[in-house]
Amino acid sequence: MKDGSPFVSTTNACKLCTPLGACLAFKGIEGCVPFLHGSQGCATYMRRYIISHFREPVDIASSALGEKNAIYGGGANLKKGLLNVMDKYGAKAIGLATTCLTETIGDDVKMILSEFRSEFGDLSLPAILPVSTPSYSGTHMDGFTGALRAAVDVLAGEEKTPAVNVLSGFVSPEDIRHLKTICRAFCLPATILPDYSDTLDGGAWEEYEKISPGGTPIAAIRAMGGAPASLEFGRTLDPARTAGGLLEERFGVKRLGLGLPIGLRETDAFMAALEELSGRCLPRALGAERARLVDALVDGHKYVAGKRCLIYGEEDLAVGLASFAAEIGLVPVLVASGGSSGRLTSAVAAVSGDILREQPQVASGVDFYEIADKAKTLAPDLILGNSKGYRVLAKELNVPLVRVGFPIHDRFGASRVIHLGYRGAQSLFDRVANALIEKKQADSDIGYGYI
Amino acid sequence: MEQVIFTERANQIVRKDGAVDFTIACNRDSLAGAVSQRACVFCGSRVVLYPIADALHLVHGPIGCAAYTWDIRGALSSGPELHRLSFSTDLKEKDVIFGGEKKLYQALTELIARHKPSAAFVYSTCIVGIIGDDLNAVAKRVEAEQGIPVIPVASEGFKGNKREGYHAACKALSKLVGRGDVSAVSPLSVNILGDFNLAGEIWIIKDYYQRMGVEVVATLTGDGRVADIEKAHGAALNVVQCSGATQDLAVMMQETYGTPFIRASYFGIEDMSQALYDVAKFFAEKDPGIMDRAKALVRDELSMLYPKLQEYKKDLKGKKAAVYVGGAFKAFSLVKSFRHLGMDVVVVGSQTGTEEDYKELAAITDEGTIIVDDANPLELSAFIKEKDVDIFVGGVKERPIAFKLGVGFCDHNHERKEALEGFAGMLNFAREVHATVMSPVWRFTPRRSGKAASAATSCTSPERPCDCAEVK
Ligand code: SF4
Ligand code: SF4
Repeated sequence: MKDGSPFVSTTNACKLCTPLGACLAFKGIEGCVPFLHGSQGCATYMRRYIISHFREPVDIASSALGEKNAIYGGGANLKKGLLNVMDKYGAKAIGLATTCLTETIGDDVKMILSEFRSEFGDLSLPAILPVSTPSYSGTHMDGFTGALRAAVDVLAGEEKTPAVNVLSGFVSPEDIRHLKTICRAFCLPATILPDYSDTLDGGAWEEYEKISPGGTPIAAIRAMGGAPASLEFGRTLDPARTAGGLLEERFGVKRLGLGLPIGLRETDAFMAALEELSGRCLPRALGAERARLVDALVDGHKYVAGKRCLIYGEEDLAVGLASFAAEIGLVPVLVASGGSSGRLTSAVAAVSGDILREQPQVASGVDFYEIADKAKTLAPDLILGNSKGYRVLAKELNVPLVRVGFPIHDRFGASRVIHLGYRGAQSLFDRVANALIEKKQADSDIGYGYI
Repeated sequence: MEQVIFTERANQIVRKDGAVDFTIACNRDSLAGAVSQRACVFCGSRVVLYPIADALHLVHGPIGCAAYTWDIRGALSSGPELHRLSFSTDLKEKDVIFGGEKKLYQALTELIARHKPSAAFVYSTCIVGIIGDDLNAVAKRVEAEQGIPVIPVASEGFKGNKREGYHAACKALSKLVGRGDVSAVSPLSVNILGDFNLAGEIWIIKDYYQRMGVEVVATLTGDGRVADIEKAHGAALNVVQCSGATQDLAVMMQETYGTPFIRASYFGIEDMSQALYDVAKFFAEKDPGIMDRAKALVRDELSMLYPKLQEYKKDLKGKKAAVYVGGAFKAFSLVKSFRHLGMDVVVVGSQTGTEEDYKELAAITDEGTIIVDDANPLELSAFIKEKDVDIFVGGVKERPIAFKLGVGFCDHNHERKEALEGFAGMLNFAREVHATVMSPVWRFTPRRSGKAASAATSCTSPERPCDCAEVK
């Protein structure tokens, strides 16, 4: 399954399990509580993992199956759990993801839910968004994408709306806020799904909020089938499995598949799509951001020129970073991901082929052990990725790590890391240049006061 | 304000009232749909065994269980650091259908060849329990082929909560104990059980024992080594910290090797001193001078610590604390430690306490204190507000609850980076409590300032609209 790897075991995984991605996506729907059908441990582990990144309350309910349920089926617990979440949280929607356990024992969630609906049909039931997320096939990104498709599958209808669908993928809360600003600048009404910009990066509270305020309104999701078009980010996505794909199949909403708008060219493509959809040309403020970015790329190009960089993370993020790296003059030597969509190599070639003399090595379905192994001979000057590569790569090789994506467990402000748009590219470029400068400064005895 | 949030859990929450006999329901399965702060059996086993630094820890299951436990705890090692890597068989669909034994065998074989560990632990996760792989058979085969102990840990997650995981871990450890040569072990010797060397804590404790003239044979499992654990039965005494984690091992060793054990806590002044005195008392016959040495040690440490604590106490006097930790034993020490800072614990609970634990908590806390078993975010946040506390002590999952509500926080869980044990640890604890409780930031939070700081709230003053869209 792994490209050319003889190992059967995985050491230091460069991926997370499927339901975690589903929970993140469900956090971006207003009034929605993520719910895992399985044993208690999975939910607790995922909460801890997500909280350490966002530093926000992340409640994930669980059907808390015990040994008996594992043998006789978890239907009763699932129903009881759903009632409890409705009752105590007042959830408007419940994002119901399965786990390895319930997939393996073969719980028929569809059937349990239809029983549930007939037993409790007299209560006002929240929207239940079921998604099948066994971790033994796929990664957290499959869970993320699957959860959005499930939400749209259950909720979307044909009612017309002027709002364009923006399916922005797994990006940071700051990215989502920036996307809103961009759409507003084009005077283009948009439904961004998922929108966890408030739920996972909110303000201080007076009262404990059972469900963090914010999220894509359910009414907006209902109208997604009547939207003029969908923009869906992610070059490695398979539309047959995405929300944008479903909207196109079922409602004929035109799907525009784009790369994550990371770096200049991918953002240009995004802006071109917005110009088309809004019938307006690039707003002045965004044009100014672009101009400043290009100016900065010129001013700083010598600091980064020819530096070898290693990139890892979710496939679509890795593609975006590779595109950005190539266009600023870095030399990506390895683009790696724990995911294995089968489309990573072609996507990397598509975004960097016309700039790079030599295509970087691309590795999908790999773990950090394999990445570290390759890194030894590749001798990178810089690493772009999440914090999981700090000890096994960056520290080991004594190379700076510019932290992007998820998780960032060893720095503050992960929610406010911006990757998208000209502004995201500007921030990434500043950070990359400074990381290289800082390294040079630290390694030199001279104590350069200006570089 | 005494609302009950989950009626099924009403008898797992008690407000201390001296007039009534104390009873609490505990050690139950978590309620479906409540967001329990508990983990699973696997988590319990992982916590206990993980710090053994020269062993291979292979998680047999799908990737998540291993990924979420990769290097998340601050258990330090003075030598090898194999425990800081995360190994998984990363089961795939076909393994689930056809069984994972072959993959497990190959994984063990390749990982042992690659890392040359002194022993290997193989953890079961939920689906392994369902697909029915025979871990014992695989372990036996690999053990025979590779010549190192290969020990299965029966930690299928759904079999209960962390406690069952502790038990499974102790069973696994008991298979290592007794393999080593103990002829050189001193008669004045102990094993330290139930300490995981977070932020180097076990080194502090080990140093105290050594200064008293006591040899430490094995540390279980903080900074642990397979060879030391194999010799653990040579020690004269087991000193067991924490309510649940390694007590079962102490009992097993008492039955098999006749090794007596005492319980101890290294948190706080009283409990730390008591631990040293108890050990001294145990060896007093063999070494009459030992009690004097223990006393001198405590005196030295306290004379350094005390004046510094008084400084913090000046500011902290009268402040209120909520404590929610994994095991109840830690909660006892925390109640006492807060007293030294002039503070009261008004909410106290644990994930896995027993009836006796809670009775003891009720005995040492003040009237009106809320005592809770297996709480969840909704309850904890309600208690924080009801009691208007100044600090919450818990783990990473509790931190955002405190911070969102404008309450200070101290991490007393496995991820902490500050040593909190011993006399030095008490000072760190006081410093941390002081730093968070006395921070100027609380005055800006809605709870204290009376102002909602959230931008998500809509415009409240039509005369002065906050958004240009609202200007007519
Ligand atoms: S699958 Fe089971 S063992 Fe793994 S984290 Fe979930 S509850 Fe624990
Ligand atoms: S059992 Fe599956 S869902 Fe649960 S933590 Fe493990 S990989 Fe994730």
